[in-house]
Amino acid sequence: MADLKLTDVAKAYGNVKVLEHINLDVTKGELIVFVGPSGCGKSTLLRMIAGLEKITAGTLEIDGQVVNDVPPSQRGIAMVFQSYALYPHMTVRDNMAFSLKIAKKSKDEINERVENAARILQLDPYLDRLPKALSGGQRQRVAIGRAIVRDPKVYLFDEPLSNLDAALRVATRIEIAQLKEQMPDSTMVYVTHDQIEAMTLADRIVVLAGGGISQVGSPLELYEKPENEFVAQFIGSPAMNLLSGKIVETGERTVIRMDGGGTAVSHYPSTESDKGAEVKVGVRPEDFAVAEGADYLFEGKVDIVEALGEVTLLYFKTPDTSMEDMEKGDAAVIAKLQGVHQNLRGREVRLSADPARVHLFRNGRSLLYR
Amino acid sequence: MPVILQGLITIIIGVGGCVGYFYLSNLILDRFIFPAKGENIGRNINRANAVRPWLFLFPAIFVLGLYLVYPVIGSFIRSLYGRNPDTFVGFDNYALLFAGGDFTTAFLNNMLWVLFVPSASTFIGLVVAQLTDQLSWGNIAKSLIFMPMAISFVGASLIWKFVYANDADIGLINAVRAFAGFENPIDVMQIPFWNNFFLMVILVWIQTGFAMVILSAALRGIPEETIEAAILDGANPFQIFFKIKVPQILPTIMVVWTTITVLVLKVFDIVYTMTGGNFGTEILPSYMMDFMFRDDGRATAIAFVIMIVVLPVMFWNIREARKEMR
Repeated sequence: MADLKLTDVAKAYGNVKVLEHINLDVTKGELIVFVGPSGCGKSTLLRMIAGLEKITAGTLEIDGQVVNDVPPSQRGIAMVFQSYALYPHMTVRDNMAFSLKIAKKSKDEINERVENAARILQLDPYLDRLPKALSGGQRQRVAIGRAIVRDPKVYLFDEPLSNLDAALRVATRIEIAQLKEQMPDSTMVYVTHDQIEAMTLADRIVVLAGGGISQVGSPLELYEKPENEFVAQFIGSPAMNLLSGKIVETGERTVIRMDGGGTAVSHYPSTESDKGAEVKVGVRPEDFAVAEGADYLFEGKVDIVEALGEVTLLYFKTPDTSMEDMEKGDAAVIAKLQGVHQNLRGREVRLSADPARVHLFRNGRSLLYR
Repeated sequence: MPVILQGLITIIIGVGGCVGYFYLSNLILDRFIFPAKGENIGRNINRANAVRPWLFLFPAIFVLGLYLVYPVIGSFIRSLYGRNPDTFVGFDNYALLFAGGDFTTAFLNNMLWVLFVPSASTFIGLVVAQLTDQLSWGNIAKSLIFMPMAISFVGASLIWKFVYANDADIGLINAVRAFAGFENPIDVMQIPFWNNFFLMVILVWIQTGFAMVILSAALRGIPEETIEAAILDGANPFQIFFKIKVPQILPTIMVVWTTITVLVLKVFDIVYTMTGGNFGTEILPSYMMDFMFRDDGRATAIAFVIMIVVLPVMFWNIREARKEMR
């Protein structure tokens, strides 16, 4: 039974289409993460599920019931906002109890539920404080507590960690993961622009881009088998390198002659008709190694070296990279080598990659998915 | 000399005078009094910096002292003298006030004003601010409601004289009565006790715009997410308004309330123009005006009583406003 089902959902503001053809099945107990660049509509989609934005077309089902026109409070959802959205004039206890009071629950029930949520989130000592007397992390826990007391079918998180500092963000991320484990039956939808959050928390990730879903899959699926160039470059940091080449050998394995010299071998299968096709060869920075034999995939002059101890990042200047591209951090080829590599700056270096980790894209789409 | 030239010269002298004052006073301080040289250079710089704020504060303090503190003290002294400024009467003027009669009426009426006008203005202003925010033509409505603010109290009183006119052909109220079938026009200004409220309505009409503008800005300052969170929590529009929005802007509401309260204790124009304090509508400021120029001792005594009544409100108002700014 799908707990949350979106069928051909679309959103438009006047003539401007923000989202189109969103089809998604979220099963009960799943934690699904929406990621995408800013402006891709991920928050809008979440707000549509919450009922804060009208759905222009398509249907939204929660627990098998179409809820397009059901008011937010009756959809069985609870939302945690980026800015916490705590009621500043109410104590922590009243903040959490507000929805229950509105629903006219009995005093005993309210107390029991609030105290239960406080226990789960370790908020007991703060119940009678005002939000302004709490730290950012505590405030976010209160916001989560406010969701828990409602015992919703679906939890919605709208970038809940963005307002926290780096250390707290990691701690709270782990808390959310633990919370999910304590409540295995609750479905959670989580919006973030941070791919680390997405990779660590998600059962499945939905990558949104250009008004639609780019790919849905488990974190490692997205990493290992990206469906298109966008997902390939969006997941993983630094982004995957994309180099142009032409297919020269097809079959179980594909051999590509690179435009910049060199030869790439990929485990992606190809058919006879692909021969001669222009493709993009995708290699993640961490999959590059310094070529030892005569075969190499890429050759270039090292422009910048960033030694981080654990790894060394090499930035290559390719003939078609302008200074501007370098500054933006794209188009330059980046290699992430394990350990320390010294005295590489300014030298010509040849790189190769394991064929199992070489991705091929034709017209933006992966050769694996066609 | 043409007026425009006079104006220009005034501006130049005024602005130039300010610049000159600050420049010269700082120059004298740094060059001659505590020069930043010699053996005590460190101490001199510290002292000069300690004195500097007072240089900047001095003009304001001086002018306030001249036009505010001195008159207060002067008034108090004057209130100790009788109709003839040479006869010292001690606290007789105050004793006469509290002996009863018109002063008691004025005082009690004023209490009514203080209760009714600020609460009505603030409440209506708050409701209007909330409702007009939801309308496409809300800004036009707001401008209309704000407009009375631009009219002087006397002007407003004249307008309402027409509304209250004792003639079905002129007065709105009597026209409505006539339409409803009542024969004889009435003079609402002569209905005992209730005529006070007809006067207060005029001030409410003027002050609602003020309350509305300030509260509308405050309402817009409420974080949208808290309202969305309340929607998700199942609150209906009334609950959102009274349980989420109003508590969040309570400090602003109180500032608006007290500001209007202070104003109420100063307005004499409305009563003065509408009834002249007759028919039991006297309030403290208009009562004071009755004595002004005839018995300055009594008038200043009343002024002093008004000031003492206003002070705590004023004090509270300033403290709240400061809290808001932080």
